[in-house]
Amino acid sequence: MAYFPFVVVAWILCVGLYGIVTSRHLVHQIICLIVVQSSTYVLLLGVGYVTGAVAPYYFDVPVHTPAVDPVVQALALTDVVVEAAVTALLLSFAVQAHKRFGTVDPQELASLKG
Amino acid sequence: MTPAQRRWVFGVAVAGLAAFYLWGLSGLPGFGNYPGPYGFVILHLAVKQTFATGIVSAVNFEYRGFDTVGEEFILFTAAAGTAVVLRVLRGERERSAVDEAADRDVPPTSGAVRMVALLFTGPVVVVGWWLTSHAQTNPSGGFQGGVVLATALILVYLAGEFLVFNRFSPVALTDAVEALGAGGFAAIGVAAVPLGLAYLSNYLPLGQFAGAVSSSGTIALISFFVGLEVGAAFILITGELLEQTLLIRQGDG
Repeated sequence: MAYFPFVVVAWILCVGLYGIVTSRHLVHQIICLIVVQSSTYVLLLGVGYVTGAVAPYYFDVPVHTPAVDPVVQALALTDVVVEAAVTALLLSFAVQAHKRFGTVDPQELASLKG
Repeated sequence: MTPAQRRWVFGVAVAGLAAFYLWGLSGLPGFGNYPGPYGFVILHLAVKQTFATGIVSAVNFEYRGFDTVGEEFILFTAAAGTAVVLRVLRGERERSAVDEAADRDVPPTSGAVRMVALLFTGPVVVVGWWLTSHAQTNPSGGFQGGVVLATALILVYLAGEFLVFNRFSPVALTDAVEALGAGGFAAIGVAAVPLGLAYLSNYLPLGQFAGAVSSSGTIALISFFVGLEVGAAFILITGELLEQTLLIRQGDG
């Protein structure tokens, strides 16, 4: 079971990617991107986890109690904020795509056709 | 490309990704056996150096403060980008919200929704403020607090109408608060330079003891400005998206 969280990471990543590839709606596609990014939270927190350790807050536990890695937790926080920003921007693009092309199906959007 | 071909290409790519990922996993130390030195070094030094008991905040606003400045400006840029992308385009005009299908039976906002939203607005502001001002001691900080503060205004929207939301958060004021938040963070960092310290050094008094709200010097101050910036950015983004559905209509005037 030592690698189970990392397998979960791969599963979330692949499920999200499958959603992006097969999506028929821009908002659905953006949510799939959020799912892909969620895998990075699990990866970051999984990498920094120490068995039996407390959260890296010494407010009510003695200093030097073993704690999990605070650096990856800070990175996960950064990750969440960036995701929120990217999502907002993408949703506004989806609104404009609907206005301009009259569809939100990525496979019908003329400008995205390869 | 047909959907079937798409799935094929995806299947091949994922098989390759999975193979390399599993190969990479075999070299990792396994869950719960974190080997890296940096986390442990910071855990041992942070309380002594910064008087902050929230080590994640100490990392965010002190040790990796420069990275967080960049992160904050990503949010700033995204809010600006949303405003630019959703501006009033040619052939569109702003007008007040009217029902498009007048014969449709739209139930008014129920009294229960209004009351619960109004009841929660005050406590949500308090929680947001508490989170913003306790980055140095507890699991909280400006990013979390800012989002909760923005939620309070979205509750106002739920309880009333978009125009009330707009009156409580006029765009000019929200813009100014966002600029103050983003600029304040950068200014705190720059203020260290004339003192002969590195950018974003902690030059304020660290307080009496670790775990006090007044402790940790610039960490608490930066968290406050981040809270302003994040709250204002989320209110702006929400306002822009709501405005699309309520105020801007295509070529009908």
